[in-house]
Amino acid sequence: MSIALPVLKADDFTSDQDVRWCPGCGDYSILAQMKKVLPEIGVPPEKTVFISGIGCSSRFPYYVNTYGVHSIHGRAPAVATGLKLTRPDLSVWVITGDGDALSIGGNHFIHLLRRNVDLNIVLFNNRIYGLTKGQFSPTSVEGQVTKSTPMGVVDHPLNPISVAVGAEATFIARSVDSNVKHLAYTLKRAAAHKGTSFVEVYQNCNVFNDGAFAYAQDKATRDDSTIELEHGKPMIFGKDRDKGIRLNGFNFEIVNLAEGKIKEDDLLFHDEKAPSTLVYMLSRMRHPHFPEPIGVFRDVVSETFEEAVRGQIDEAIAKKGPGNLQKLFMSGDTWKVS
Amino acid sequence: MTTEATLNKPVKPVQGITVRLVGDSGDGMQLLGTQLTNTSALLGNDVATFPDFPAEIRAPRGTRAGVSGFQVQFASHEVHTPGDTLDALVAMNPAALVTNLADLPKGGLLIVNEDSFEDKDLKLAKLKTSPLEEPAMENYRLIKVPMTRLTKEAVAEFGLSVKEADRCKNFFAMGLVYWLYGRNMDATLRFIHGKFGDGKSVIAQANEKALRSGWAFGETIEGIGHSYSIEPAKLPPGTYRNIMGNQAMAWGLMTAAQRSGKEMFYGTYPITPASDILHELAKFKNFGVCTFQAEDEIAAVCSAIGAAYGGKMAVTTSSGPGIALKAEAMGLALMLELPMLVIDVQRGGPSTGLPTKTEQADLLQVMFGRNGEAPLPVLAAQSPGDCFEIVQEAWMLATKLMLPVIVLSDGYIANGAEPWPIPDVSKLAPIPVNHPEHNNNPDGPFKPYMRDELLARPWAIPGTEGLMHRVGGLEKEDGTGNISYDPDNHQKMVNIRAQKVANAAKLLPPQQVIGPQSGDLLVISWGGTYGACLTAVQQAQAEGRSVSLAHIRYMNPFPSNLGEIISRFENVLIPELNMGQLRLLIRSRYLVDAVGFNKVKGKPFTVRELVEKIHEHSKSPSRSPARA
Ligand SMILES: Cc1ncc(C[n+]2csc(CCOP(=O)(O)OP(=O)(O)O)c2C)c(N)n1
Ligand code: SF4
Ligand SMILES: [Mg+2]
Repeated sequence: MSIALPVLKADDFTSDQDVRWCPGCGDYSILAQMKKVLPEIGVPPEKTVFISGIGCSSRFPYYVNTYGVHSIHGRAPAVATGLKLTRPDLSVWVITGDGDALSIGGNHFIHLLRRNVDLNIVLFNNRIYGLTKGQFSPTSVEGQVTKSTPMGVVDHPLNPISVAVGAEATFIARSVDSNVKHLAYTLKRAAAHKGTSFVEVYQNCNVFNDGAFAYAQDKATRDDSTIELEHGKPMIFGKDRDKGIRLNGFNFEIVNLAEGKIKEDDLLFHDEKAPSTLVYMLSRMRHPHFPEPIGVFRDVVSETFEEAVRGQIDEAIAKKGPGNLQKLFMSGDTWKVS
Repeated sequence: MTTEATLNKPVKPVQGITVRLVGDSGDGMQLLGTQLTNTSALLGNDVATFPDFPAEIRAPRGTRAGVSGFQVQFASHEVHTPGDTLDALVAMNPAALVTNLADLPKGGLLIVNEDSFEDKDLKLAKLKTSPLEEPAMENYRLIKVPMTRLTKEAVAEFGLSVKEADRCKNFFAMGLVYWLYGRNMDATLRFIHGKFGDGKSVIAQANEKALRSGWAFGETIEGIGHSYSIEPAKLPPGTYRNIMGNQAMAWGLMTAAQRSGKEMFYGTYPITPASDILHELAKFKNFGVCTFQAEDEIAAVCSAIGAAYGGKMAVTTSSGPGIALKAEAMGLALMLELPMLVIDVQRGGPSTGLPTKTEQADLLQVMFGRNGEAPLPVLAAQSPGDCFEIVQEAWMLATKLMLPVIVLSDGYIANGAEPWPIPDVSKLAPIPVNHPEHNNNPDGPFKPYMRDELLARPWAIPGTEGLMHRVGGLEKEDGTGNISYDPDNHQKMVNIRAQKVANAAKLLPPQQVIGPQSGDLLVISWGGTYGACLTAVQQAQAEGRSVSLAHIRYMNPFPSNLGEIISRFENVLIPELNMGQLRLLIRSRYLVDAVGFNKVKGKPFTVRELVEKIHEHSKSPSRSPARA
């Protein structure tokens, strides 16, 4: 006898709240892809929790019919760590923005990654502060004119993937809001990874930073200005797939495959388990000098934080037996007064 | 291994003794003090302690900055303070002597290690001449003991290095003090052999020898004519142990977790004087305690919020600077209406302030230090042992009201110790906690902000089918919890959150008055000044003054009968180790012309200075005899 399990649909993950992002905002696409993949991931809504900070992106939890916490600016990784550590049975997602994760929450972000808590963090990178109406963010590019930088940004931007590599994140990926298939695939890969999965999503803020990622979004340019990372495959890109990435000494170089002098085998083959030095080099590939990698940069297995923490608790119980308060209170020197 | 103590000299019975042990922070003064305290408690004396250590971990040896002290009062009657007046001062070096001598009254016993008064020692203490040569020494009963040399000789047989042999001298000093006050050496011998290895360890044997030599020195030295004895105190019957404030706090938390059938999650970031709670709890993983040392205080409190949302007993602790960092997240917890505990072990402020010294200056911070209308219940522990009780009360409140609850302690309570009647755990009532399993809304989705008669919302936890809901820091509609910018709803929610806090008064006992229920002067105290205020008030009462004490443990909301109590007294005096924070609250709340007695020196009140203030503000007994 087989029991027909109820099959979940995207609608099962839709909350009763009206979505309030600006029309045309890239956040809609990310929400849609998330709702599409959640049923495929197969964790029921009541076992799923979305935790966010503050920002346009961080309104996300209100729109999915799971458990959710819309916390405070930058602190979602810490809230999520406390939850996952005590409730390893739950599937936890952190939704954050470039300001939320890398500016005010930078500290929590790196510590989440280095601890390898088993949860997924999706960073909506629009290179701007959306919710506060258009100040520059830690990922804004030099020279970018924003409300708070009328003469252009002078800060050097942070590269979220490089930061993640530095913090030794075990899963690092990048996708683009408009590349829906790739985005859905990447979210699923993130969910499948055990440990902290970090996904940077290029997200268009059409109100305050429109076209920031046009090179990676537009059909006309994206094949030449991005390169899709595929595990075990040579690094080839271009509309005609006629260009490749080759390692030359300690540097990458773009090579032309059309001339026939350089073969596919001469190229760098992407390896998701490669040493972090190589992953770091991939993260430094920046438009317009290089095509920007999208896909999974790194996917390695390592003990999760909650496994290690719970493991010590289990070990202590196995060694000492479950705690007994009365025994504890009576231990050491005591005396009687009658 | 038992003590074969001989007592050939006469013994003088006394009611109580206050001793201060001072030396270099490397000299083991804290260990010595703790041993003396435990031993005295085991002998049945009531005890109260005051450890006082420098902010530097290892300030240069022999300097004034490196002086560490431990004061203990042990007595045959109840004691609530570490004592005002020293009977004896034990000083291991010149720096320790000169920085503490002012507190030793004329005629007091002064024991010094005379081997540490060489030129180089004097130089380190910034002294030109030896204080031992000063004429002022005639004011004291000075006993110069060549401790370094005698210890070296005593432990010669064990072949220790010079350094190792020198380290044994604190046990020599301890032996002398033990002899002087008739302290049994057994517990300390057990400690020595437990700490330095079994009977075969030479270090343990050498320390034992040093301890016994110190005792023997007391027996033989001519300068001390007699020793003292102190009868056991008449404490209520029961089994007792010694407990320190931070330890009691940790044990209270574990007990609260058990009483509510919850696993405890403890998220924190190290800070003096709160860190020992973390150290203590980290030992008890087999009780299911999950400790998390976060990257900062903000992460610590936020991790606790995550754990609370997941249905655990969540706790975060810090001291003033860390509480300041937690403020925004405490506001979030209040908006989410989740139960958790925020514990502030206060120290001298502002900023980094006096990290190792005590103060009560965070009251207004925890009352008002959050943006918006953000009241929270605040409870304050009154003694080391009370930390055990108060966190359990706080957890009961937090779960009944679905609110974060703040608990105040301070450096004085945290590091102080007192005899603690061990409770029968099986007799502690459960703290019932309920997680709903069914939708409370027949017409639609679960309503996370539907309320019970205390205005508490249901604690629905992730994993429960059909109760999915989102919570957040944005203002929300009552009932549904949906984001709401409606003006009337905001007013309503602010009112509800305030009323929830006010409802705590219904769950807590009324204020007690120690002494007559009405009269001339009411002393109102809170927190760690309890012992000193109680002792001072009792002294004034014994003099026939019409003085009573209301010691407040529930700072917000105040007990519902407090205003009425205040109205029954002519005058109100509020002593605080701050510039008048409780006074501000009492004055504004009850429109009473309360006067303050305020001190911020990093030190607790002495009973003497409190009694003087009480004299100033109450009628002398001849004019107004005490009412019964
Ligand atoms: C403590 C605190 N500081 C500042 C703010 C104001 N604030 C809200 S969102 C935001 C920046 C959001 O930028 P980002 O994280 O990139 O999110 P986006 O809106 O672009 O999705 C700021 C500065 C706040 N809410 N809290
Ligand atoms: S401001 Fe930008 S990021 Fe925010 S909702 Fe509008 S388009 Fe989206
Ligand atoms: Mg942004």
